[in-house]
Amino acid sequence: MSSGYLLTILIFTAMYISLALSLNILTGFAGQVSLGHAAFLGIGAYTSAILTARYEYPFWLAFLAAIIITGIIGTFLGLPSLRVRHDFLVLATMGINFVVVSIFKYVDFFGGAMGLVNIPAPTLFGITFRGGVPYLLLTAGYAAFTLLICWYLSKTWSGLAFQTIRNDEDAAASLGVNPARYKIYAFGISAALAGGVGSLYAHFLGSVFPDNFVFVESIGIMSMVIFGGIGTLRGPIIGAILLRLIPEWLRFIQDYRFTFYGALLVLMMLFQPMGLLGNESWLWRQLTRLFRATSKVKEEVQG
Amino acid sequence: MLLLQNLSNALILACTYILMAAGLTMVYGVLKVLHIAHASVYTVGAFVGVLVFSWLGNFWLALAIAMLVSGIFGVLIYRSTYFYLLNAPRTVPLIASVGMFVMFTDLLQKPFLMGAYQRAFPAGGAGLSAIKTALFSFTAKQVLILLVTLILLVLVYIILTRTKLGLSWQAASMDREMASAVGINLNRSIAANFFLGSALAGAAGVLVGVYNNSVFATMGDLPSYKAFIIIVLGGMGSLPGAILASLILAIVENFLVASVGYVLPRDSIAFLVLILMLMFRPNGLLGRE
Repeated sequence: MSSGYLLTILIFTAMYISLALSLNILTGFAGQVSLGHAAFLGIGAYTSAILTARYEYPFWLAFLAAIIITGIIGTFLGLPSLRVRHDFLVLATMGINFVVVSIFKYVDFFGGAMGLVNIPAPTLFGITFRGGVPYLLLTAGYAAFTLLICWYLSKTWSGLAFQTIRNDEDAAASLGVNPARYKIYAFGISAALAGGVGSLYAHFLGSVFPDNFVFVESIGIMSMVIFGGIGTLRGPIIGAILLRLIPEWLRFIQDYRFTFYGALLVLMMLFQPMGLLGNESWLWRQLTRLFRATSKVKEEVQG
Repeated sequence: MLLLQNLSNALILACTYILMAAGLTMVYGVLKVLHIAHASVYTVGAFVGVLVFSWLGNFWLALAIAMLVSGIFGVLIYRSTYFYLLNAPRTVPLIASVGMFVMFTDLLQKPFLMGAYQRAFPAGGAGLSAIKTALFSFTAKQVLILLVTLILLVLVYIILTRTKLGLSWQAASMDREMASAVGINLNRSIAANFFLGSALAGAAGVLVGVYNNSVFATMGDLPSYKAFIIIVLGGMGSLPGAILASLILAIVENFLVASVGYVLPRDSIAFLVLILMLMFRPNGLLGRE
């Protein structure tokens, strides 16, 4: 395995960690199951690609624009969540994914099925990030930024508000939490963060095609969140790492990637709906028990 | 004249939608699960149909075996997954369903099953003849679709209204616990529901395969998404609503797309309709509240 190949895998893993974390804000924290997250990745990628490749704006501006524009679009696309709940919201987000992809595919402004090419490598502070280690640092830095935002959201009042909405919307409303406002927040933040990944994604590959952002991509991101442990910070990170790396280790899975993802979703729903390392999951209970046992032994030794 | 011909074309399109949506709406009625893996059942039906047809050369036998196999496939899906998730939050079986759909679509594309290419389904009109009148005409294939859909719908109507099984579904759709409290064998009832719904999807797959003379691994994707649009339009879990919505969607697609220039392909128009319906009339065209 060449080091370039390994770096590419790591760069993608970093990007998918950010994606899984951003979806987790919406689905894990606020409880709004969305199967259209790849659409936000796509909107960010296309925004950044068009601004730099066609209008020759600098990377940092395109990157910020990707985050802001995707955030605004995500806020609007979150509107169905105010009307429909649970399973019907899932249908609506699937529909959104299809409509966004077909807009990319059939509207000439977005380059049609041929996609957009010649997207320049990003330049920041005079340094050009052309693949390799610098790009890994860039994507890892963004993943850290996403994690920081997730951590902040989970520790503050808004995190509590998300939780009450997830658990019981009507109860949340009666406690003075405005479910509509916080759902829209969750959609906006989640989409904005995914839009940033989209920008990094487009500049890393140098070209974007509508097929990069189809429905099964959304399934892949959702698999990571669910596999790792929905609603936690560690879960989506572990999920993204494992689901990116396992197919690389086991080549036969590579050919059956989506069979693997699909089967994993079914098995997790049947046996561990909270994910591998979610709260209340078997593995996490064992780990915390082990941790408690060892800290108790330590106390006794010290005591 | 053109209007009538357009209408009769829309009717054929609606027939295939109805068979697909009838199964979904039956499953939703009883289980309250959005059964996305229904698309795989449809594709498996078409695949089995084309296999049996190429062995035996008899369309009707192929249709019967395809319906039987897809029915069993549907029951297996239920028994292996949904059965264990009946009391989970509604997104849990939905995510499992999406997982199965992705898994089966991927598996079906592998060379040892269907492969990535299209197969011809040269059953023609299966011995039926075309109908030609002064105002409209149906080709032999269209007559076949109309005939099979009508027969199956009458069958479903009889089962739903005249048998204990149909009554047990109605009871289960109102209140599962109460239904089992009054002595309905819920397991058998739901399994039969899946069998019938899946057999209808299999029949739809075979008919569409014959109509387009092509069967391929991802052929179920669009019909199943459209079937969701139909059951939302028709008010969830209502069979007459689904039939009406199938007709409306088919007519709108045929006329709007044929007469007005469009920016987006017709399939994304259907999705826009779905999103707008969910936002403004989430209980369907006929739904109350």
